[in-house]
Amino acid sequence: MATSNLVEVQNVTFGYDERQVLKDINLVVPQGKVVAIMGLSGCGKTTLLRVIGGALLPDRGEVRVAGRVVNKLSDSELFALRRRMGMLFQFGALFTDMSSFENVAFQMREHTNLPESIIRDLALMKLQAVGLRGAADLMPSELSGGMARRVALARSIALDPMLMMYDEPFTGLDPISLGVIGQLIRRLNDSLGATSIVVTHDVAEALELVDYVYYMSAGKVEFQGTPDQVRAAGLSSLRQFVYGEPDGPVPFHYPAPDYRQDLFAQ
Amino acid sequence: MTGRLAELVRALGARIVDNWIWRLGFACRFLWFTLKESGPSFRRFHLTIREIYFTGVLSLIIILVSGLFVGMVLGLQGYDTLVRYGSSEALGVLVSLSLVRELGPVVAGLLFASRAGSAITAEIGLMKATEQLSAMEMMAVDPIARVVAPRFWAGVISMPLLAALFSAMGVFGGYLVGVRLIGVDEGSFWSQMQAAVDFREDVLNGVIKSLVFGIAVTWIAVYEGYDAPPTAEGVSGATTRTVVTSSLVLTALMFRGR
Repeated sequence: MATSNLVEVQNVTFGYDERQVLKDINLVVPQGKVVAIMGLSGCGKTTLLRVIGGALLPDRGEVRVAGRVVNKLSDSELFALRRRMGMLFQFGALFTDMSSFENVAFQMREHTNLPESIIRDLALMKLQAVGLRGAADLMPSELSGGMARRVALARSIALDPMLMMYDEPFTGLDPISLGVIGQLIRRLNDSLGATSIVVTHDVAEALELVDYVYYMSAGKVEFQGTPDQVRAAGLSSLRQFVYGEPDGPVPFHYPAPDYRQDLFAQ
Repeated sequence: MTGRLAELVRALGARIVDNWIWRLGFACRFLWFTLKESGPSFRRFHLTIREIYFTGVLSLIIILVSGLFVGMVLGLQGYDTLVRYGSSEALGVLVSLSLVRELGPVVAGLLFASRAGSAITAEIGLMKATEQLSAMEMMAVDPIARVVAPRFWAGVISMPLLAALFSAMGVFGGYLVGVRLIGVDEGSFWSQMQAAVDFREDVLNGVIKSLVFGIAVTWIAVYEGYDAPPTAEGVSGATTRTVVTSSLVLTALMFRGR
């Protein structure tokens, strides 16, 4: 069991100050699979990803990645583990003072003693994998949103990670870039023999792409299953989410005092 | 009445503790981490060299031009006063001592804070706001070692050099106005200066002063950037705080130094 799950999250609870963001989360990510964590904005998806990456420490519970308890590692052990993880940030988070090529080569230069000629070849290969070898010398400010996301993707797979984490990879992309990123996530996962976690609220794209879905709502896992099970699910809040209905169990209105009273009081 | 007064005192205390004591504590811890992580930034010294270019070399114009004009003003006003007592030959001494001891480090420090300090804060703050620092951390690279330490050391190295150049330009400006324009005797201008300015007491003291100012300004700048709330207002507020705090701290340090 432990060997076939790359990531295991057990009873994880996390809160910023008094506000509980994650409530007793349990989930597993099997080796080699692409797993989506879906849910509304603000339901704790990104926080969960940060807890898995060791950037935030859970208040209770534990996170295991490749058999190691992430929240109990020392700084140097955590950094050693992170060299085998890749993370794609929501807007790419490219280093703006470096070219695309330098961004991709960054980790190779920091963590290896490879000679420059090999780093050059490797970085160009990563850029070729995302179709942007021709943009190697462009600065991040010269890239479109979709291209920047792809360069960031090339950067995050620079050291061939065993675990890839994607934080909202589809946000703000045009339909073509969105399809490209989706395809890349799948293809890179399978060709690198990696395991991927995709945090997203883009239902249509995610259901096409992933092997398994965790649906979160208000800090809890409400539903889990394969994409087909998600489409067929009877859970009304999930239905509302999947089919994009404006009102339902998740109300359109933010909680407020009575409208009539608000308008006509004094 | 006493209740309200107690409330007021409590609120004041809370503000002081939250805004000053907490932040000072954090800043000290931050400095400690920066020093601890400085090893890697020395091993890859090209990172620090690059930052010396941005903080030091690019500040040259403002430092040199201001130095020249401050020196010229000193020459003009100094001559005006000295000539009343018939000691206009001492103009060189007046210009050089005021620059080397006081004005060089302080004015260069103020200019450095507003030219380079604000740039450092804005850059680090924006890197934080665009998640570049988090991304670096997820790539198992410590942003304090990679981003903060090189900028800190670049500032500490640049500042004494800039202050020295400021003073040198100022002396030249005093010479231009005093000797070339007004006609103070050139020989006594230089020889009195040479005789009155002591290397250890004056020049070295000025260098130490500017080094301390450099540490203070750059420390404030990197800390404010790293601590900035990751929003547009957050970064702009942090940039302003860098300039204001550095200026106040420089003034305070200047009087401690006396």
